[in-house]
Amino acid sequence: MYSQGLIGANATTDEDEEFLARFQARIDAEEKIEPNDAMPEGYRRTLVRQIGQHAHSEIVGMLPEGNWITRAPSLRRKAALLAKIQDEGGHGLYLYAAAETLGVSRDEMTEELLSGKAKYSSIFNYPTLTWADIGAIGWLVDGAAIMNQIPLCRCSFGPYARAMIRVCKEESFHQRQGYEIMMTLAKGTPEQKELAQDALNRWWWPSLMMFGPSDSASEHSDQNMKWKIKRFTNDQLRQNFVNATVPQGEHIGLKMPDPDLKWNEKTGDYEFGEINWDEFWRVVKGGGPMNRERIAARRKAWEDGAWVREAAMAHAQKRQARRDAASVAAE
Amino acid sequence: MQDRIALLAIRLADDHLVLGHRVSEWCGHAPVLEEDLAMPNIALDLIGQARSLYAYAGEVEGKGRDEDMIAYLRREREYTNCLLVERPNGDFAETMLKILYFAAYMEPYWQAMTGSKDETLAAIAAKAVKETAYHIRHAGEWVIRLGDGTEESAGRMQAAVELLHPYTAELFENDDLTAELANAGIASEPSDMRAEWDRTIGAIFAEAGLSQPDVPFPHSGGRNGEHGEAMGFLLADLQHMQRTFPGASW
Repeated sequence: MYSQGLIGANATTDEDEEFLARFQARIDAEEKIEPNDAMPEGYRRTLVRQIGQHAHSEIVGMLPEGNWITRAPSLRRKAALLAKIQDEGGHGLYLYAAAETLGVSRDEMTEELLSGKAKYSSIFNYPTLTWADIGAIGWLVDGAAIMNQIPLCRCSFGPYARAMIRVCKEESFHQRQGYEIMMTLAKGTPEQKELAQDALNRWWWPSLMMFGPSDSASEHSDQNMKWKIKRFTNDQLRQNFVNATVPQGEHIGLKMPDPDLKWNEKTGDYEFGEINWDEFWRVVKGGGPMNRERIAARRKAWEDGAWVREAAMAHAQKRQARRDAASVAAE
Repeated sequence: MQDRIALLAIRLADDHLVLGHRVSEWCGHAPVLEEDLAMPNIALDLIGQARSLYAYAGEVEGKGRDEDMIAYLRREREYTNCLLVERPNGDFAETMLKILYFAAYMEPYWQAMTGSKDETLAAIAAKAVKETAYHIRHAGEWVIRLGDGTEESAGRMQAAVELLHPYTAELFENDDLTAELANAGIASEPSDMRAEWDRTIGAIFAEAGLSQPDVPFPHSGGRNGEHGEAMGFLLADLQHMQRTFPGASW
């Protein structure tokens, strides 16, 4: 909790109107807020929640893709998948570090994930059933993540914005890699094309759900827009994603699983069908096909690894004690 | 001679692919996030080394096989990796010790191979030797931490030693193939690595407070394609896609 002192010894701020107005003026002037700057408690809490969720998503996201490492169809694909998953873990580490600047430790955040208190992206509560799912995740899930994260490169909180710049570069590489897997399948044998279409059918709607509830139902949007944590609404970002992705699917001869999808000449947008919000809320609330297994896997890794972490600490202390004893002896 | 070089390259590649496969099974399940990054990294090195070796084997044998055909489309008895690398992961202590045992063998092996008369093998070795030195350092540090950590970790570490030590003698076995290639100046004999391996492991074990057990009955057979029962399941995973969709490109 080293950074608590940076925002007041008890992690509170004096939030009179003048303070809030001064803070908002900095935001409006596009100044970056840094960890040791004064900030409203709500702003800090929102960021801890959002960056923590983002980090958890990277970590839980290693599981569905990890499911295919040992079964990757070629050594080149195996190596690329390993490297991608390693990147995701790296993003998690980076984001936990960004959240730690706000006075919360990685262990605390991990406990919140494992207890179910903290959320992560619902998309990872769907199973990866075939190799094509690895392509679909790269293309659609990373594609949607980029759409969400590019504006976050301009987020008002400095450490998060800077983390996003690097993360987005890697995500866009993953997105191209995923699309290339889909393209290879789509122009492969009839069975391969079937794999690709099936994966698209299963991942398309959950990908649209990644942008969150519709603007009319989103509880956090307004204040977050004002604080410039968020720059676009959920629905705007979702529309951008649809507009960018539909032509990519058509280009490789796949069909979007939406009978209502059509191009609107006037608005320059693709109109798309109604999202199944019942499914969305069911998965958010823990009823998705893989919610239990994902958390159980993370909990197992954490609990099975406890003796390793304890041993590392014990060894570090022993070594320090030996060093101290040696320097006393030398004096 | 080309056939013999191909056989050796495949043998080495099998060791690396199979160990890389095992290490990759940890991805997302490691005890600490830093290890969730380090283990895929090690797996990537191993699989990268395997790819170079398979590709070269395919080239020199001249039967039109590419890296994937050799890696994926053989029967279990045709895989010639040593038994050590195929051992199921067990706990973190076992996995780190397995990485260390293998890397401590390969580091001097690659070092010697940088002087091979075969230029491709020498080039593969020059890259691999640096990666392997890192594997020794990383796994060796964990073996020390766990051996000299808590009572539980020391117990687990020593148990891993008892379990895996009987699989180490196979690393150093010479046979007709290794003798022939040593005479031709292409690759060293495995037994030449013994002294260096003993030095590396001895130094790490001394710091970790571990002892090397006597091994009355060492295990062997991998070079002849006689594997443990877990190998078939490993290959079922590895080959799943290639067997399900014969002839497809990915």
